[in-house]
Amino acid sequence: MTALSGHGVVLDGIAGENTWRLEDYLKRGGYAALKKIIAEQIPPENIIAEVKKSALRGRGGAGFPTGLKWSFMPRAFPGAKYICCNSDEGEPGTFKDRDIIRYNPHALIEGMIIAGYAMGCGTGYNYIHGEIFAEYERFEAALAEAREANLLGSNILGSAFSFELHAHHGYGAYICGEETALLESLEGKKGQPRFKPPFPASFGLYGKPTTINNTETFASIPYIIREGGEAFLNLGKPNNGGTKLFSVSGHVNRPGNYEIPLGTPFSELLELAGGMRGGRKLKAVIPGGSSAPVLPASIMMDLTMDYDAIAKAGSMLGSGAVIVMDETTCMVRALERLSYFYFEESCGQCTPCREGTGWLYRMVHRIEHGEGRAEDLEMLTGVSDNIMGRTICALGDAAAMPVKSFVKHFGDEFAYHIQHKCCLVPHEVQREGSKIYVEHAC
Amino acid sequence: MSERQANSMLSAESLQAIDREVAKYPADRKQSAVMSALRIAQVEKGWLASETIEFVAKYLGMPPIAVYEVASFYNMYDLKPVGRHKLTVCTNLPCALSGGFDAGEYLKQKLGIDYNETTADGRFTLKEGECMGACGDAPVMLVNNHRMCSWMSYDKIDKLLEDLGK
Amino acid sequence: MLEIEIDGAKLEVPDGSTVMDAANRAGTFIPHFCYHKKLSIAANCRMCLVEVEKAPKPLPACATPVTNGMKVSTHSNKAVNAQKGVMEFLLINHPLDCPICDQGGECQLQDLAVGYGGGASRYKEEKRVVVNKNLGPLISTDMTRCIHCTRCVRFGQEVAGIMELGVGNRGEHSEIMSFVGRTVDSELSGNMIDLCPVGALTSKPFRFSARTWELSRRKSVSPHDSLGANLIVQVKHDEVKRVLPLENEAVNECWISDKDRFSYEALRSPERLTTPRIKQGGVWRDVDWQTALEYAASSLKGVAADHGASQIGALLSPHSTLEELYLAQKLVHGVGSDNVDFRLRQSDFSLDGKRAGAPWLGLPVAELSNQDAVLVVGSFLRKDHPLLAQRLRRAASQGCDVMRLHVSADDLLMTLAQDVIVAPSELVRSLAAIVKAAAQIAGAEVSASVADVLAAVTADEQAEAIARALSEGEKAAVLLGNFVAQHPNAASLELLAAELARLTQASVGVIGEAANSVGGYIAGALPQGQGANAAAMVAAPLKSYLLLGVEPELDCADGLAARKAVQSAASVIYLGSFASDSIAEIADVMLPVSPFAETSGSYVNAEGRVQSFHAVTKPLGDSRPAWKVLRVLANLLQLDGFEFDSSEAVRAAVLAQGEVAAKLSNVAEGAVARLDAAPAGLQRVADVPIHFADALVRRAPALQATRDGKAPDLRANSALLAELGLQAGDAVRVRSSSGDAALVARADDSVPAGCVRVAAAHASTVALGSLHGTLTVERA
Ligand SMILES: Cc1cc2nc3c(=O)[nH]c(=O)nc-3n(C[C@H](O)[C@H](O)[C@H](O)COP(=O)(O)O)c2cc1C
Ligand code: SF4
Ligand code: FES
Repeated sequence: MTALSGHGVVLDGIAGENTWRLEDYLKRGGYAALKKIIAEQIPPENIIAEVKKSALRGRGGAGFPTGLKWSFMPRAFPGAKYICCNSDEGEPGTFKDRDIIRYNPHALIEGMIIAGYAMGCGTGYNYIHGEIFAEYERFEAALAEAREANLLGSNILGSAFSFELHAHHGYGAYICGEETALLESLEGKKGQPRFKPPFPASFGLYGKPTTINNTETFASIPYIIREGGEAFLNLGKPNNGGTKLFSVSGHVNRPGNYEIPLGTPFSELLELAGGMRGGRKLKAVIPGGSSAPVLPASIMMDLTMDYDAIAKAGSMLGSGAVIVMDETTCMVRALERLSYFYFEESCGQCTPCREGTGWLYRMVHRIEHGEGRAEDLEMLTGVSDNIMGRTICALGDAAAMPVKSFVKHFGDEFAYHIQHKCCLVPHEVQREGSKIYVEHAC
Repeated sequence: MSERQANSMLSAESLQAIDREVAKYPADRKQSAVMSALRIAQVEKGWLASETIEFVAKYLGMPPIAVYEVASFYNMYDLKPVGRHKLTVCTNLPCALSGGFDAGEYLKQKLGIDYNETTADGRFTLKEGECMGACGDAPVMLVNNHRMCSWMSYDKIDKLLEDLGK
Repeated sequence: MLEIEIDGAKLEVPDGSTVMDAANRAGTFIPHFCYHKKLSIAANCRMCLVEVEKAPKPLPACATPVTNGMKVSTHSNKAVNAQKGVMEFLLINHPLDCPICDQGGECQLQDLAVGYGGGASRYKEEKRVVVNKNLGPLISTDMTRCIHCTRCVRFGQEVAGIMELGVGNRGEHSEIMSFVGRTVDSELSGNMIDLCPVGALTSKPFRFSARTWELSRRKSVSPHDSLGANLIVQVKHDEVKRVLPLENEAVNECWISDKDRFSYEALRSPERLTTPRIKQGGVWRDVDWQTALEYAASSLKGVAADHGASQIGALLSPHSTLEELYLAQKLVHGVGSDNVDFRLRQSDFSLDGKRAGAPWLGLPVAELSNQDAVLVVGSFLRKDHPLLAQRLRRAASQGCDVMRLHVSADDLLMTLAQDVIVAPSELVRSLAAIVKAAAQIAGAEVSASVADVLAAVTADEQAEAIARALSEGEKAAVLLGNFVAQHPNAASLELLAAELARLTQASVGVIGEAANSVGGYIAGALPQGQGANAAAMVAAPLKSYLLLGVEPELDCADGLAARKAVQSAASVIYLGSFASDSIAEIADVMLPVSPFAETSGSYVNAEGRVQSFHAVTKPLGDSRPAWKVLRVLANLLQLDGFEFDSSEAVRAAVLAQGEVAAKLSNVAEGAVARLDAAPAGLQRVADVPIHFADALVRRAPALQATRDGKAPDLRANSALLAELGLQAGDAVRVRSSSGDAALVARADDSVPAGCVRVAAAHASTVALGSLHGTLTVERA
């Protein structure tokens, strides 16, 4: 099993076997929050107030305050309203939602039921990344358990409140993680993001008011209701409430998911992950998933892991995916792979992203393959600037930011490549660090 | 055999499975089940031929081109025949830092094919994949879309090929 | 209203406007590709990025709602940088093959690239190449030029009502395509060519035949259906090279149907009649005009002298101009005959003499888009009137209850609130049931004209739902289609429709089959006094016929009988643009007259709008405008009142007789509706297919190559086919009381029980005679 360490909230108590089963979840205090709401008939607005108090921020990447988002849902809307969970985790480096579904699906289910109650929605869908099909099936099994126990479905626990929840799977398109692309995909179309406004809270799934949250966001809700917003907030730091799952990958000894309070120093997280593989020196970290700007070791080692601190350092906490790179890494090579990803995953509808991602990739590819030109570095930044802020969704920015940050912090490596038609980091060294197979000679 | 099935391209089980998916959505939103329907059809048929896509379109009351749009947008649908076992290796950066590229190269060597090729005996197709959301398990691979294999060292790759070869 | 400032100029715009709307209002041009006022907003090209005060990023004008007090700069550095950035991206993979591109000279990308493109490209990577697609005989593709604006796809989904194109694959590999191996078959498909801002979709028939700047653009009006779509006809060296829509929001908006667009090919058909001819001793001879006209005049005089003028009859095409129809009827009346008609496919004339005016649409065309409830009776609407169907489709998508009572459940590509499909003989009964329901809802007395019929029917649930929707709709309309006009009991259907409209406070209208279905009435091209109507002229053959643009076997209600009648005549004077073998057999004189593009004239469309046009080219060969030919013929016959020196003068004479609007009426007095018993046997459902309906479309090769240009087959629902022991694809022999035809059977569940559908207006089915009646079918 991947290294996993639970600290309080979403991965609390999941060390044992069969933690995904309803029975196990109940033993861990599961569904207590829902039962309390039903028994005490807590008014929906109180729940939203509690979520606001917790300072829970969206765990999907943008870090938007969840309570505030919930309050955008029209109260008195006649007709259907929907809740969607975004489990389309496909951002390179991110693998936390998979573990939540795998080991603690009922926390997510309970969170979504509570969200449905709070926002007056009768139906929810969980959109699950196509590549984790085993988790899709597990989630369906968990739903069956919950239905069986009358925790889901009509007249939940004998109350007047009904809520249906279904699983929907993706099938290989990163862009469906973008919330409006996710809605299009749920409607049975290509996952192409919608222009906003209108926002999902007024025009969402099937044109109805809809709230979309990340898996981890929903899974944090039962704790907040059970223990109170205050308690959750206090786990972290002001404006950065609670604990957060960090998916640590790359050159560490124990890659895995670590749930730690927001505000924990990066160095502690690195230690939890077993430190640098082979004791090598840290070179760079992408602190929030592949779309976040890369930060060099010198900046990174002084940071605490929370939204505000990382933003101040010029990057993003994003989805909490921490990609760790040591000194054996060729930064051109690393960027080439990321740029290929955005090129490959652009949905293709808007011009700057469709045309620009390919251009960026081809330039980085040339540089890596010893065909760089003197003007390329400036062009990389120029083309990135022409994409940024001009696309329908944030994938354009996501493609541009790595390029800009790699060039900014590791420009000398790119310049070396262009000049010497060869990596600054010798191939044997790269191979030693990552088993990277280098097919082209210098 | 029901009349519906008599002129169906898909088995009764597949149709039932599709119906279960359709039931998840509002009655006038059958189209929402298209991704599942294509997945179910692909599992039964091995890949999505035009006739299969057209059948799904008819079944869900969609224009065939709208179904084709979906089938060609999402990577995991195969619009061309693939080998009995489709192996998709993640080579995205987090995996690459922990041997993802290498696992792909090892597979190429063992199977004697490149990415997007199928072995002469029709047994294996090799694909390069994007992030599967399991980077902590690097290197990771998918077998026939639905089975994820983690920490694919040379040994484990050997073992996997041996199992699948049987 | 919201206040907005664009480039320093303040203006007020209605709530819900976008920045693009506001700019259009202010007359400020914002560059764009994907935006189109008639399509949904995609905001995918990103060309329209503008700077909005306080917004951190440039915003797309097409998709950004105006907020009160908004300040927009379309030319600031930030805006122009964004626009230039997008233009650079659009051009990197574009082939830049303007010199060989049909769109050259009218390409939005080319135009904007001049203003927003850089000089040399910074892009040094390999360019993308996209394989072309075969979309059928009308649309040619150069997919590498596509800029992915998706206008064509949205047009299909939103306007044509059928998604035939989509975007396959994703990202840079995205391609506009049809489903594997399929063509684009929509009857509105050509509009995609206009919508495509680059040269990715171009006209196949036009391809490579001219450069756009060599073409002169001239206005015209479509001679086909009763809408009278406005056209731009493009001409080079006196030859029509291309036809495009002329935007007219009140009529065709910015669309035309494929027949409007591609029928021009017939102008150069090998069958074009370009010299006068006379038949002597069974042999055709080219002659000069003088000889031909004198021959015609003397044969008319001869018949009048030998058999009496009442042995002369005129069958006039409803696709003729107002001026032609007027002069033709005047000429025939002048020689002393009252036998004139242009209603060639009509079979029930019992309302003649009882009508208060010319049957018309009953409301302005544009109003169709704003109705709350519409009942369409007896219409193959999509193929008979593609653009009216388009208007109703949009109305339906905006909540209008579009309902249908018809003899075939053809897919109208819109959601129908109610759909009643019955055999032709049951049409009257079903409409009566709706009227009965309406009377019950209104709690009103019914008119005497329909009382007996209503007493004999009962209203079912569906009839009630239709009546209710019409009653409740603030704006409601009952529209009668071509099938009603052709129906043997048309009068009853009209009377019932009028009563339904009265009871539900709806408007009632006749859609009208042809370009001058209303104009024929205005021109007085009708029998007078004891004169024979079109059917009577066929039923009791005359000694002499004057045919104006008519091919009797294809254009008449009973083509076989019409042909026989004409053939038996002693003298047949044919004025037309085409000389088919059949015409050669039946006529004695052929006078080549100019089709719409080569003459001037007017059409009065379904809503009573008089639309005049000029010739866009010279007449081909020795052909001459029919109004001139008729004038000279009248002069030779020494008739008075033909001193016209222009078609405008003829028009003035027609219109001087009173306002057209005052002559429109769907009221008929003194007639009583009746129920006919259903005949025993399989009833024929005959449509007039879109690309066979008139002499021009029949001769347009590209239209004939489309799916709608296929020869008719025998269609019946699967149950009936099984009952007949037939399978789809079987060769069958179809018999009527007048003859038989060899066809192929096809299963079509839109055909009601007890009926077989066999199209008319095609050589292969002429032998079956009447559009109506019963048929027998057996395996061939
Ligand atoms: C290209 C792109 C990919 C995204 N992928 C994901 C994802 O995989 N999972 C996710 O939860 N959010 C993803 N997001 C963010 C979502 O759009 C959305 O903000 C989020 O699901 C909201 O949930 P939260 O408020 O709970 O974070 C993505 C955004 C973009 C622009
Ligand atoms: S930015 Fe890229 S992914 Fe997002 S809508 Fe535009 S083309 Fe699609
Ligand atoms: S015209 Fe606005 S984005 Fe295309």
